Amino acid sequence: MPSLLNPDRPPVFCPGCSHERIVKALDRTFQAMGLSGDGVVLVSDIGCSGLFDTFFHTHAFHGLHGRALTYATGIKMVRPDLHVVVTMGDGGLGIGGAHVLSTCRRNIDLTLLVLNNFNYGMTGGQCSATTPREAQVGSGFLNRLEQPLDVCRLAEVAGAGFVARASTYDKELVGIMERAVAHPGFSVVDIHGICPGRYTRRNRIGPADIEAGLRRLPPLTEAAPDERKTEYATAYREEAARLAPPPPPARIKARLSPVGEARQEIVLLGSAGQRIVTAGELLCLAGAAAGLNATQKNDYPITVMRGHSVSELILSAEPVGYTGIRKPTAVVALAPEGVARKRGLLADLPEDALLLHAAGVEVPETRGSVRSVDFRAMGIKSPDWALASLAVLARENRVLSPEMLQAALELRFRGTVREAALSVVHKVLDPEGGKPTP
Amino acid sequence: MSFSLMEGNEAIGRGAIRAGCSFFAGYPITPATTIYNTMLELLPPSGGVCMQGEDEIASIGFCLGASMAGAKVMTATSGPGISLYSEQISFAIGSEIPIVIVDVQRLGPSTGSATKGADGDIQFLRWGNSGGLPVVVLAPVDVADCYALTVHAFNLAEICRCPVFIAANKEISMTRETVDLDAVDLPPVVERTPAPEGAPFLPFGTKPGRNVPGFLPIGGSRLVRQTSSTHGTDGYITTDPERIAQNQERLMRKVSEAVDAAPLFDWRPAQGAETLLIAYGVTARAAGAAVRALAQEGTAVSLLTLKSLWPVPERLIRDKARDCRRVVVVEMNLGQYVREVQRILPGMEVSFFGQMNGELISPHQIRKVLRHA
Ligand code: SF4
Repeated sequence: MPSLLNPDRPPVFCPGCSHERIVKALDRTFQAMGLSGDGVVLVSDIGCSGLFDTFFHTHAFHGLHGRALTYATGIKMVRPDLHVVVTMGDGGLGIGGAHVLSTCRRNIDLTLLVLNNFNYGMTGGQCSATTPREAQVGSGFLNRLEQPLDVCRLAEVAGAGFVARASTYDKELVGIMERAVAHPGFSVVDIHGICPGRYTRRNRIGPADIEAGLRRLPPLTEAAPDERKTEYATAYREEAARLAPPPPPARIKARLSPVGEARQEIVLLGSAGQRIVTAGELLCLAGAAAGLNATQKNDYPITVMRGHSVSELILSAEPVGYTGIRKPTAVVALAPEGVARKRGLLADLPEDALLLHAAGVEVPETRGSVRSVDFRAMGIKSPDWALASLAVLARENRVLSPEMLQAALELRFRGTVREAALSVVHKVLDPEGGKPTP
Repeated sequence: MSFSLMEGNEAIGRGAIRAGCSFFAGYPITPATTIYNTMLELLPPSGGVCMQGEDEIASIGFCLGASMAGAKVMTATSGPGISLYSEQISFAIGSEIPIVIVDVQRLGPSTGSATKGADGDIQFLRWGNSGGLPVVVLAPVDVADCYALTVHAFNLAEICRCPVFIAANKEISMTRETVDLDAVDLPPVVERTPAPEGAPFLPFGTKPGRNVPGFLPIGGSRLVRQTSSTHGTDGYITTDPERIAQNQERLMRKVSEAVDAAPLFDWRPAQGAETLLIAYGVTARAAGAAVRALAQEGTAVSLLTLKSLWPVPERLIRDKARDCRRVVVVEMNLGQYVREVQRILPGMEVSFFGQMNGELISPHQIRKVLRHA
């Protein structure tokens, strides 16, 4: 195959820079693999290594510092057939550490070449994630205080399928890169080199020191690529193929009559675990089954099993604008946590409003008519009180009718859950009766 | 007619699918998480991709890569995530990568209140990028808007090749509402304009008289270059001041012109009204109720609900304000968009009402303001 180098744009690195050798080695890698430019994407980030994409006749994506793996992942997920090669310096490795770690864990079929020259070349030779403690760099004493990172050991434990180290001067470099690009999973090659522009001015190292340094590192445990690890994009498609598309959103026909003309504003006050939000949803569905517009505005803290749960519901023949409630037609109080959130609203209740509260849940003085319901005595447990309250309202054709509630349960629940819900409703509507007929 | 019951976030997800979105990536954050949940349910079974990034920066990065590979992409977050997106947003602006970004606003600053609504990011969305070039921001009022504006957002992202934001709010996104989906007015879906065949491909070259470069996906037979660096039409770095200036001005122009041509809004004029009320987002619902109640008392107030917030529909606002004596702007923050209204209506009395306490502004409050306006 012909070279993929761009003859119009020869490398512009400082004389003696390792990057230039790696550009040529990468081109030989592509040639050896018989790749054509339209099948390769070079993704690069910021720094001297970020110039790589400009030297090649391939697809190119040059982005932000340390984020190259994120773009490469997006490209690969859309086009799994492409060879996506990411170049990154030790700077990008440090700032994009979370992406390196996560890409290893995903084992997506990308190749990461870390052009590791132990410092930030472009900005003046500051210390990076791989700077040795004893090095003299542009960050004063700071590098003496931080441990250099061995990206290969990190990549190994994080799950990369292929991990290798190499010297820029290694005769095997092309062979290693070839195996990395060919590997069907995430491959990381940590390529140590020198930066004459910055680093070696104060740290006299040459190719022999680079190789000696590599020999001093603890050996990698997985010399052979691990082909058994599942590749992310492939596994993703396999998993996705097993999924059935969800049904379209239910279209609810208005087949019942509402209980009256007036707009209904209902507030459910409870605590986490009382299925306040589900009851609110049921009320909306009941409204929709009677052709009413409905809104449900919820308020609960970020904790899941503790704290208040408040649902404000509006049912109206007209479209609903403002979703807040100031003058409710009915309030259901099922837990002190909920009541505490709406003391002002309760104190200000209109005279014709109904305040329904579970026996034992204290409510403030109010002008509305207050009704206590002893759910416990009816054999109904706290998580079902909100649903049972809807049944209490339905029994009196306030807010909703028993038929509307029945329709809502049919829209919302299936199977045993529906049966359980129906039996709660039945305990309210027909306390003396026998078992409900589902 | 039939109703579906859904929250705004689900409607945004369904709107995205309707617009042809095939790639979503996000990082969980209240109150935007249910968009991610919706996309995870809808995309993979239909051959699309929904991913969870290791952070917000990765999530939007996946989207930018996928968009350049030819997919229609969306991500969703809240204020804290927009902060982390910022550098990638600047990239998408400067390098003309189509993307829809949903900001389900919650009460800030910072981590603020995860489950309280606000419209506190309105200036942030516009200016939270380096370079200050324009973006498109649309603000839904209700669940039907969440559905329709998402389709508009994708269309605008394709037309302008730029990030398009949906400035939602916890109070719309997590509020359930009945909606007749079949009655929602949707625009026809727009596809990305490909670069002309034959001519050598310049990734950032535009045809004469056009503001937006034709697109080719990474991975096709013609090589594509994408770069976050200051570039010429060929996608290579340039330092030529003239070429740089031309490109920047084109980036500015292409967005302004596209929105100026057809801003999205709702207009409820009142006969003889001396006051124009301007609102957007969830507050427009209370504004509508307030204006109706005032009309019953015999006070006429016109209501302009803006759905295109950025670029500011200046001609529209000037036009609607022409016959009024004063303008009142209400918003769920301590005064952000009102600055734009004041800027484009010099000499006119423009007053403001807002609050930032996690509560909706009520019709009652707006009525009080209008009575004393
Ligand atoms: S500064 Fe260092 S890394 Fe950059 S081109 Fe020069 S030698 Fe190479």
